[in-house]
Amino acid sequence: MTVDDRFGPAYREPHEDEFPITRNEIITGPVADWATDFSHLEPEWSADPYPIQDDLRQRCPIAHTERFGGGWLPVRYADVAAIAYDTERFSSRAIIMSNVRPPREIAPVGGSPPISSDPPFHHHARKLLLPAFTKAAVGRQEPSTRAFCHTLLDAVDGQDVVDAARDYAQHIPVRVIADMLGFPPEDGPQFREFVEDLLEGINLPTDERIQRVNRLFDYLVRQVDAHLERPRDDLTSYLLSAELGGRKLDPDHVVGTMALLLIAGIDTTWSAIGASLWHLARTPADRERLMAEPGLLPTAMEELLRAYAPVTMARLVTGDMHWRGVDMKADDWVLLSFPAANRDPAQFDRAGEVVIDREVNRHAAFGLGIHRCVGSHLARMELRVALEVWLRRIPVFSLADPDAVTWAAGQIRGPRTLPLRIG
Amino acid sequence: MKVHIDSGRCQGHGRCYDLAPDLFGDDDEGYGQVLGDGLVPPGQERAARLAVANCPERAVDLLEET
Repeated sequence: MTVDDRFGPAYREPHEDEFPITRNEIITGPVADWATDFSHLEPEWSADPYPIQDDLRQRCPIAHTERFGGGWLPVRYADVAAIAYDTERFSSRAIIMSNVRPPREIAPVGGSPPISSDPPFHHHARKLLLPAFTKAAVGRQEPSTRAFCHTLLDAVDGQDVVDAARDYAQHIPVRVIADMLGFPPEDGPQFREFVEDLLEGINLPTDERIQRVNRLFDYLVRQVDAHLERPRDDLTSYLLSAELGGRKLDPDHVVGTMALLLIAGIDTTWSAIGASLWHLARTPADRERLMAEPGLLPTAMEELLRAYAPVTMARLVTGDMHWRGVDMKADDWVLLSFPAANRDPAQFDRAGEVVIDREVNRHAAFGLGIHRCVGSHLARMELRVALEVWLRRIPVFSLADPDAVTWAAGQIRGPRTLPLRIG
Repeated sequence: MKVHIDSGRCQGHGRCYDLAPDLFGDDDEGYGQVLGDGLVPPGQERAARLAVANCPERAVDLLEET
């Protein structure tokens, strides 16, 4: 077995964190007023956040909450863009709004570089990943992705009702990212649990949440071991051999980036595929138009990404300041809602409508500025292939039961149950 | 007409080389690059305008030459 001192016994032993995390009281329950008590974890938000965001845009437009230890929610495109571009005053050291703030000392690296990193470290950590995620590089995954989509539909062939979220959308990104990281494809069901633990279990008791996060890290360290023993041509071996400034990466950097690639690639794309199929199931005119004009799909996809952008990020305010009419305090959260920005009428004509042939579409579904989603080309490939295969195999479908559709709670929003009637 | 990318603003979204592949390509990190001298040949004006109008970072410009 190859020896790698970075992952020796000392790394595996439970160790007290050098700097303590900040915990705050967990507040749940119905929201009194979205302008002063917002929570993206309540069912009203996950069921349909857009009327809430539209209302806030009219009367607020930067909402506040005392939950999560205090945070802000801008809903105008201009504000979301300004925050995304201002990495000095809005840090990425935590990007999931929760009841725990990581210590300031972990900046500028953060727990899962480069998404959790600030300049100047961010640039170097991101540069390591970019070549693996170019359009040409992810194009090499397209034939296997297409074949896998067909396999998924073969398995439900002949059924009157298919759950497009559970039986189709969720499996596609799981398989693709497992292949890229070199993880066993049969571990896929575990990945879904990791995603739920990290992104949806936000209001669980903090100790339980930490325990769940540790399960993911134990799994990743086992994958590190397997790759040290037998290096392969995949992202895990690449990260293990990569260097920054002439030195191998810190072990926390390796494992943190593996966690990022695994988690960020899954329910985001799963959500985008599911939301697109949900829209087409309830909008026969758009579905029929795409069948008649397959060349419209790339344009339509961008519109579906705009209207149903799955990803909301978070930032932490770096210092007390008066910002666009509100008094932000150091370590306040900012919920960076790209979905809300994408529906701002000041930025988009007919912002609240899905215009399937919208040609001018400067949407922010993949973020803005230095943290533009590293996997955006991969996500677009998966979404396009998933929709092409579905529409070819199942041209006619509708919602089997609109009330049975469920949506993920938290910062990544998309259908988690989506029963579609076929034919 | 000539296309131009402000490399200080480009973040590699790739909308330009998706929408106008005859005018733009990408480098080995996915950042957009103008192909050749950037002159827009006849028939490519519409693609050029789409690339400009869809860049989320407003990094693509179309310079009208007189």
